Amino acid sequence: MTLGLINANPVVHAKKERVARNDDSHAEDAVDPLEIYDYVRDIRDPEHPYSLEQLSVLSEESITVDEKLGRILITFTPTIQHCSMATVIGLCLREKLKDCFPPHFKVDIKVAPGSHANEESVNKQLNDKERVAAALENPNLRQLVDECLYSSEL
Amino acid sequence: MADSIQWIQHVELYVSSSATPSQQVASVDAVATLLKNDLLTLEALVREMEMYLTTTDSIIRCRGILLLGELLAQLTLKPLDSTSIHSLIGFFTERLADWKALRGAIVGCLALLRRKSDVGRVTDSEAKAVAQSYLQNLQVQSLGQHDRKLSFQLMECLLDRYAGAMADLGDNLVYGICEAIDGEKDPQCLLLVFHIVESLAQLSPGPLANFAEDLFEILGCYFPIHFTHPKGEDDDVKREELARALMLAFASTPLFEPFSIPLLLEKLSSSLPSAKVESFKYLSYCTAKYGPERMAKHAEALWASLKDTTYLSPQSMLSMEPESMSRMNFQESDVMTEAFVLLQEVIRQYGEFISLIIGDNDINAFLISLNQYKGFDDIPLQVKQKLHAVGHILSACAKASAAMCNKVFESFFPFLMDGLGLSVAQPSQNNSYLDEECFSLAKFKFGPLYLCIELIAACKSLTLSLYNCTSIHDFPHQRWCSLLSSFSESLVKAFVSMLRSNVADNEQSAYVYCGVKGLQILATFPGSFTPVSKSVNDNIFLELVSIITSDSNKTFEWTSALKALVEIGFSIDKCLDSEKAASFESTVVEKIVSLISSLDSAIPLSLRLQAAFEIGATRKDFMLRVVRGLDESIDTNFSAVFDHGNHKSDELTIKLLDTYSQKVLPWFLEIGGSEEVQLNFALRIWDKIENFRALNLSPPEFTSISYQDLLGATMTAMKKAVASCSEESQEIIINKASGVLFSSTVFGSMGFKSGSSILKEEGLQQTQNYGNSSGRDEWLTSLFASVVVALRPQTGISNRKMILQLFITSLLNGHVPSAHALGSLVNKLPLETKGIKSSRSLSLNEALDMIFHSFVGTCRDDSTSGNDGSGVNINSLRLNTSRIQLEFNTVIGLAWIGKGLLMRGHEKVKDITMTLLSFLTLDCEAGVSKQFQNLAEVLDEEGVHQLMKCAGDAFHIIMSDSGECLNRMYHATVRPLYKQRFFSTIMPILLSLVVKSESSFVRSMLYRAFAHVVSDTPLTAILGEAKKLFPILLECLSTLSKDVSDKGIIYSVLLVISGILLDKNGQEAAVENASSIVNQLIELTAYPHMMAVRETAIQCLVAVSELPHARVYPLRTKVLRTISKALDDPKRIVRQEAVRCRQAWASIASRSIHF
Repeated sequence: MTLGLINANPVVHAKKERVARNDDSHAEDAVDPLEIYDYVRDIRDPEHPYSLEQLSVLSEESITVDEKLGRILITFTPTIQHCSMATVIGLCLREKLKDCFPPHFKVDIKVAPGSHANEESVNKQLNDKERVAAALENPNLRQLVDECLYSSEL
Repeated sequence: MADSIQWIQHVELYVSSSATPSQQVASVDAVATLLKNDLLTLEALVREMEMYLTTTDSIIRCRGILLLGELLAQLTLKPLDSTSIHSLIGFFTERLADWKALRGAIVGCLALLRRKSDVGRVTDSEAKAVAQSYLQNLQVQSLGQHDRKLSFQLMECLLDRYAGAMADLGDNLVYGICEAIDGEKDPQCLLLVFHIVESLAQLSPGPLANFAEDLFEILGCYFPIHFTHPKGEDDDVKREELARALMLAFASTPLFEPFSIPLLLEKLSSSLPSAKVESFKYLSYCTAKYGPERMAKHAEALWASLKDTTYLSPQSMLSMEPESMSRMNFQESDVMTEAFVLLQEVIRQYGEFISLIIGDNDINAFLISLNQYKGFDDIPLQVKQKLHAVGHILSACAKASAAMCNKVFESFFPFLMDGLGLSVAQPSQNNSYLDEECFSLAKFKFGPLYLCIELIAACKSLTLSLYNCTSIHDFPHQRWCSLLSSFSESLVKAFVSMLRSNVADNEQSAYVYCGVKGLQILATFPGSFTPVSKSVNDNIFLELVSIITSDSNKTFEWTSALKALVEIGFSIDKCLDSEKAASFESTVVEKIVSLISSLDSAIPLSLRLQAAFEIGATRKDFMLRVVRGLDESIDTNFSAVFDHGNHKSDELTIKLLDTYSQKVLPWFLEIGGSEEVQLNFALRIWDKIENFRALNLSPPEFTSISYQDLLGATMTAMKKAVASCSEESQEIIINKASGVLFSSTVFGSMGFKSGSSILKEEGLQQTQNYGNSSGRDEWLTSLFASVVVALRPQTGISNRKMILQLFITSLLNGHVPSAHALGSLVNKLPLETKGIKSSRSLSLNEALDMIFHSFVGTCRDDSTSGNDGSGVNINSLRLNTSRIQLEFNTVIGLAWIGKGLLMRGHEKVKDITMTLLSFLTLDCEAGVSKQFQNLAEVLDEEGVHQLMKCAGDAFHIIMSDSGECLNRMYHATVRPLYKQRFFSTIMPILLSLVVKSESSFVRSMLYRAFAHVVSDTPLTAILGEAKKLFPILLECLSTLSKDVSDKGIIYSVLLVISGILLDKNGQEAAVENASSIVNQLIELTAYPHMMAVRETAIQCLVAVSELPHARVYPLRTKVLRTISKALDDPKRIVRQEAVRCRQAWASIASRSIHF
């Protein structure tokens, strides 16, 4: 196990400006990618005091949603190919969305094709209910996830 | 002599270390009072305290001396003889050597040194002795913070008040001070230190000369002021304060110059922007203080650093507003702003500086390079930044003085003119440039154009400043002036041709901006110094006006031309230039005013009105001229509406009236002075009405919407006009109005037509069922009501009885403005009528009697209301009207009257409230109110319910603020805290009624009234009662949530609850009701009719989660279950709130959300 950082020098991007939406007061607001993005963009990276948005792990375009079927698909891009933090980021996303959406939404989380060395195994791990539940019972992992979700360092 | 035992006790208390600080302060005060009142002499005190002052126990000695010092500090105003002062100061001076009991000695010295000479003062030699002892004995830097502060205060006091004595101390003093202040770090002490250095420098420079370098070495380390611990406990000393004190110290003596200027120049290269800003600030200030001789040797270094900041690496941003994209509108950074301040200061102090700028190779090369760019868009951003900087530098130079201006003009102006391709105009040309001709835009290069405009603008401000302060005008002989006037004609020509180009793309708008700005500057040179001749000046006016009158499609050009004209108008007004004013009036004002009424103009009326108002606002007589134009236009349009039923005129008139009420009247109110305009306006309208009545004309189609709007606009304008008049003018208006009103046969006989057809209409509430009587009558009554609403309380009204009667009658016919007028009347009527009791005057009580007689009587018992004094048979009237409608009107009327009474704090409001409440509880089967029985028989159940609802809503009228009437603008009498008072009287009554009521409908109506009262009461009043109110509020919510139409009320009640929950005291009240609050809120999170209700309910739930853990923990599961449903809400905002709420509640147990 290496003690150093996995990606010591990540590229930091500027935060995009938050647009206040002027909603039509009568129509229903469908869940759209931007809404989901607004929830997850400020999750802190497990390694660095930057948000996933700043590290360009996530973007609005990488999220798709189908409200009728109740499906959300998030594709994220780890900063480097063999990032062992990819699973932690995925866990964070899953935890966050579980808090923010009613249980009838099915959330799929994937790494972007070609962005990770063990793409398939990471995807499989992230979408396996049992393994996610088991991972979150691990106190160390749990703490790490909570720190990312509720951190005020940003 | 006071009882010695008593004061000795105080002394003992103070000296003993066991007493609390407040006891000690009290004992000092007690002894000081004795001394002040001569019940105890200072001598006796000192003698008695001998033991404490001389004991070897240093703690007690310290306290003793401190007591004496503090007592003296309290006695600064008591005269003392010189012997006591002498011995006391001698004592304290000696004690300065006693480091164990130092504080008392410093306090004592300070107290004595601060005395004024008329109550006995320390002599110079004694002060000198203090200073010597200070310098010899005090090791300031080894003391604690408070003692250091005191000793610095002592030194400051010595330097400020005994400067002469201090100067004698010579080098010793400077040396001592250097030692004392070296290494000080506390902000409060530093503030004193900086001041000490400043005062020291003010002493004769003798002693300082040798030590200037040492002293500055100590000072210099503090620059720039920077707090390493930003949130220390010394927040009371601001960084700015310290920085300013240090700046004063830096600039205190020119002797610092050899050390400070190099330091500051060096700090300019710092990478910290704040350090740069500070350096520039200090440099500007020091330049002003050190004087030109000393600064001369730094000139080159200064210019180098200035050039570096402003020109070589300018830190300015193009402002991002789309409006100004096409202009050179740069946002300068602070550093740049300060740099320009310094530049100005240096030029002002040291004129030779300018030759550095003029001779600067970079700048000259830049000017030449500008010629390679043609249009505005060809210039890259970087070059634009430089252009902006150079423009600023040149204009700063030119502004400094006439001589500088000459130099700048000589060196740059001809070159710029060459760049623009302009030559000295031939005087013989007869206005040919106003014909279509000459310049093509391509010829004008933007760079020289911009600089040229900057230079002319600088000239103008120079002229303005000289114009204001000197009477000797030799401008024409100045070089710049002759240069400018020789080119002026071709410049004007060039500017005009820029405006005439018909291309409206981005690039051109930069030229349009320049053209307008150039013309504006040339036309605003004051008085006789204008470089342009009168005819050229007139041509400028004509050109700008022609833009206004011709084309509103090119909005940018139109607005900037208008702005320029307004600026010109203001400058003419400021310079008292009568000749120019005359030509401005004849060319501009007349033309614009004629626009108001022109029918076939291509420009929309709103723009024409805007132009007229803005031009008028430059000067009072212009505005009067505009007002005349408006009046005429209103006249013709009114006639068009009334005579011919012209619909188009409706809209025009409404716009005209709006301009009146929203712009013209407030403008006159602001500038104050005569109220002729308001008075005339009101009288004119009444004249109009009178004429129409005489002709027996009535407005056609009075039910149409635009007609109602017209009436509304007229009423608003009338109210505003009347409200801004004085009592006398108001009397004239009201007399005129009542003359018109009562001369009418209809009103004279008071045989009011009452709409028998109202029955058919069944239009509930206060809709315009008054409309069935003739439209003209409605006009008359409504306008009259608006006059009455706006009257001042002191205005005398004749014919009050008739007026009152009129309003009562028309109110009962459903005319709401009459209700406003009645409310205003009872709010403002005098309690007693003074003087002779004429039949026409009316006191409040009489008025109320009349009102109650007509209103309350009607609903109580039909048989009691027969003929009343005025001979008006309301009874007959009532029979004709639909019963239910009448009762509605009564309720609304009572509400407004009640509001009027409540605001002035009259007790009769109770009667009205009780009547309203009896309407509210109408439904009670048990026959709570027998007097309603016959009423209930007449009305069907539906009608009764509507009426009760209306009575509930009456409480909203009473409590809410109205824009229509009864506010400060319309001179209402407002008792402070009237809402609170009403709240506390009505609450117990409502609550007991709620308890008593058996019918659920009655209860729901009571809750309705309750909700209105609570939501308009200030939160602080509610917080006091929160504990009692919570159950009712919750009950109220659950009752009201049954009816969709009550969503607004629910929302306001919910806001009250959230207000309580966010307050600390309110939270205590909420604790007891936590579970029922949560239950109610949970229901509302699914309230389907209004998003804001759901959102607020969830926010309230978040607030509840802050309550004590033991209370809310059991509710957690329930809340979380509900909230997970809210996560699926159709509205995004609600979903987001739900996420927050879920997080808040989940985290009160643990991080995990499982339940």
